[in-house]
Amino acid sequence: MTGPQQPETRADIVMCPDGPMLVRGDVVVEDADGTQHRTTRPVSAVCRCGRTSRAPWCDGTHKLVTEARER
Amino acid sequence: MASLPTPRGPVSEVLVSVLDGNFVEQLTAWPEPAGDDPADPVRVADDALSLWTLHELAYRGFTGVDERWEWHPDLLALRWRLEGELEQRLRKRMPATDRTGDVVADLLRIIADDDAPSLARHLQRHGSVEQAHDLLRQRSIYHLKEADPTSWVIPRLEGGRAKAALVEIQYDEYGAGDPARLHHDLFARGMEACGLSSEPNAYVDDAITEVLEQNNATSMFGLHRRLRGAALGHFAAFESTSSLPSRQLVQGFERLGLPVEVRAYYDEHVEADAVHEQVALRDICGALVEREPDLAEDVLLGAWTCLDLEARTATAMLKRWGVA
Repeated sequence: MTGPQQPETRADIVMCPDGPMLVRGDVVVEDADGTQHRTTRPVSAVCRCGRTSRAPWCDGTHKLVTEARER
Repeated sequence: MASLPTPRGPVSEVLVSVLDGNFVEQLTAWPEPAGDDPADPVRVADDALSLWTLHELAYRGFTGVDERWEWHPDLLALRWRLEGELEQRLRKRMPATDRTGDVVADLLRIIADDDAPSLARHLQRHGSVEQAHDLLRQRSIYHLKEADPTSWVIPRLEGGRAKAALVEIQYDEYGAGDPARLHHDLFARGMEACGLSSEPNAYVDDAITEVLEQNNATSMFGLHRRLRGAALGHFAAFESTSSLPSRQLVQGFERLGLPVEVRAYYDEHVEADAVHEQVALRDICGALVEREPDLAEDVLLGAWTCLDLEARTATAMLKRWGVA
């Protein structure tokens, strides 16, 4: 098997459809209150729906929001 | 140290006594399965425990059991029968449904359609400490080797995005280089804080058949290169249905006054699995099928099986607690 000629590129920041923003690497995220949070894992998910209980990180709550919208 | 389990029928009886004895080059034949009906509960339990025991030889093994048994041809022959029957059963259970041709969309549909009873939801508001401990004992069979069955898949993948993304997630599962954050060790500390044993497989004799079958399917998918698609579909469904239930368990365990160590394990999974599900769906399963389109159906089989087996476990546990 041969791999692709050009290596696939990987984004450092990814907007997930109906989901969080993935952030790769060691970065500091400042939340709406001005509090700074350093990432602790190789990839982190930043909340985009505003409903998370652990801002600025995603806790999966957006799925409940999307489900409610689709009902 | 891990002890051999208590047999549940004629096949596991012979298997356990073989493993308990001296290593020999050639065995006599295995006993016939318990009963002619593959759905007979004794046979299902006997087969599930036997396969679980055979798989365990490939993980941590058992105290005092000769490590050469892992690759003994006669044991592999028994594993061949048990895995063949399990795979056939899992494939039969999956309903035939229309596919969109986009594996990520199909995975999301399977996950969204899952309306199984939830043990986390029960424990969030209603469950007792004894029920919480019962759940921890059942989950310990997997959580004390969490992520390991998926690691078998890594060398089975060609290069590219799927492989890089899988390793990225596994690195997080194993604590990103920090032994204090290794997920299966976090679970072990949670068990100890609850006054439960963190020895590997201390509670296998308490494990309900459904839990053994969950573990067997995960190990089988991981150990067979042919089933790498199912392994990664299973992984994606598992991660996608973990974040919210983990939060419910944190709330339930707070309500019940369970120790901070066990809450920390589930707390870690709220954020970790919110990341992992995104990467598993798109970067791992999406990229895998782009590269190997023939694996799409197995990816969906793995996802469906993950949710179906959890539904069976939840139903059985709620019944055992007199809730359902």
